[in-house]
Amino acid sequence: MKKLINTVENVVTEQVEGLVLANPALKLVTDPYFIYHEKSQGKVSLVSGGGSGHEPLHAGFIGKGMLTAACPGAVFTSPTPDQMMECGKAIPNEEGVLYFVKNYTGDILNFEMAVEMLHMEGIKVGSVVIDDDVAVKDSLYTAGRRGVAATVLIEKIVGAAAEAGKDISYCEALATRLNNRARSFGVALSACIVPANGKPSFILADDEIEFGVGIHGEPGIERRTFKDVDTTTTEMLEELLASDTYSRTLKTWDRENGDWIETVQSTEAYEKGDDLIVLVNGLGGTPESELFGAYRKVHKELEAAGYTVARTLVGNYCTSLNMEGFSITLMKADAETLELWDAPVDAPSLRWGC
Amino acid sequence: MLLHYVGVVNMSEITKAQIVTWLTNCSGIYSENRDMLTELDAAIGDADHGLNMERGFGEVAAKLPAVADKDLATIFKTTGMSLLSKVGGASGPLYGTFFIRAATKSAGKESLTLAEFIEALQAGVDGVVGRGKANPGDKTMCDAWWEIITAGKTASETGANVGGALTSMADAAVKGVEKTIPMQAKKGRASYLGERSIGHPDPGATSTKLMIETLNKVVNEA
Repeated sequence: MKKLINTVENVVTEQVEGLVLANPALKLVTDPYFIYHEKSQGKVSLVSGGGSGHEPLHAGFIGKGMLTAACPGAVFTSPTPDQMMECGKAIPNEEGVLYFVKNYTGDILNFEMAVEMLHMEGIKVGSVVIDDDVAVKDSLYTAGRRGVAATVLIEKIVGAAAEAGKDISYCEALATRLNNRARSFGVALSACIVPANGKPSFILADDEIEFGVGIHGEPGIERRTFKDVDTTTTEMLEELLASDTYSRTLKTWDRENGDWIETVQSTEAYEKGDDLIVLVNGLGGTPESELFGAYRKVHKELEAAGYTVARTLVGNYCTSLNMEGFSITLMKADAETLELWDAPVDAPSLRWGC
Repeated sequence: MLLHYVGVVNMSEITKAQIVTWLTNCSGIYSENRDMLTELDAAIGDADHGLNMERGFGEVAAKLPAVADKDLATIFKTTGMSLLSKVGGASGPLYGTFFIRAATKSAGKESLTLAEFIEALQAGVDGVVGRGKANPGDKTMCDAWWEIITAGKTASETGANVGGALTSMADAAVKGVEKTIPMQAKKGRASYLGERSIGHPDPGATSTKLMIETLNKVVNEA
């Protein structure tokens, strides 16, 4: 299988090297591996991280008004605790370091260790788990809902709050609230090719789609027959809007006592008349023309169902290498959310108002 | 290249030289089995377990020579920290925690009796369960570890020597992996597949099996 790479082992390092060369405001540290920008003194630092292969997530969102730093792992593999800890130590941390963690077993385990280690270094630290994928129905028999494209919206909005001088506890609470108001659902027309594997993770017939996919090339919750984009979009919106309140136990870091606190959190219901931020997100191998075609249907159906599409983002923001397909993310928004959304952002892959 | 332990074979305990040879050989074993593990992971996970284990134990093999004359606790801790910093994913913190916890049972030791070795493995697995919260039947590496430890304890209680016990443990590891095939995953990325995870062996249980088989070879093929 042809891929625009040199060797499998260097896929991540060469990609990051290119990103930093193209964006001189970003600084790269290679041992251990993290990317940051320095102009963030006097505010809480926001650090994200996760496996590579979801570009522009996360390093493409480092910049004024969004992330302070990102720790890329190997392709689809969580970064390691030492990496995240060293990153937290190297960036401005006098106002604290808040980690954004997508809900995957590996990410959770590595970030928990990193939080514990950074706390031992005497740095104010917190973490927010993002779990917006409503394709995962329960948390009892699975590792819980996956963290997917709502990560982009949450990092943008909390980034604006940090830029405005809100403290770590405020940013942490805001991120938690946003996560409980966000829902995503994805479909794939074809699998991605993980460089280490060199072939598609699954094969679909011409008339088949994987319904309810994540962002790691894993199969979805079921295989469905594909008719056209309007039909699939309608099916996805049904899943998103029908999603019941979802309760699960999430851990937050007790900065006073240096221990984890388990709290039961529930997602918020949507009601007619709600303002929504809508992200129609390509998974890496879908042309923008098709994404806008899908967005057309999303917009019309949401408005017909009585919701207000308050803000929209369409494009490739949280991808799965070259997977063909897309996801829809909805986030219920109040006035503060929209104000923070509209605030200036200056990152390589998200830029407005500056 | 596989190193062979050369020295006086004393089947009453596992020596430091054997442990170092074991952990060093794991590097080659995971390279050889990289694609096999990745294929297993592609079926129910995200197709990276082979590469991650190869990278992790490559680092272990690189770091061990510097501490090979230290006590077993240092050797296990170095192994754990190397895995923690190089593997990533879920298997990094889990295998990392495994060896760091095993280290707590081997402070100052130059060799381990069978009972001490099993105690160290038990401490390691308890650490893994503490972090990952796996229950029996969840289709995880622990489903292999529990079989291995049970077999080791039985062998120890019936007076087996180290060689005999490890052969039983390696056999138990194979059974542990087989038992994961009909299981529906409840932890890790495979859990998202629901019933579709049934019918595949667990990649983590498989890498655990390789680890114990490698030790068995070091001890019994010296």
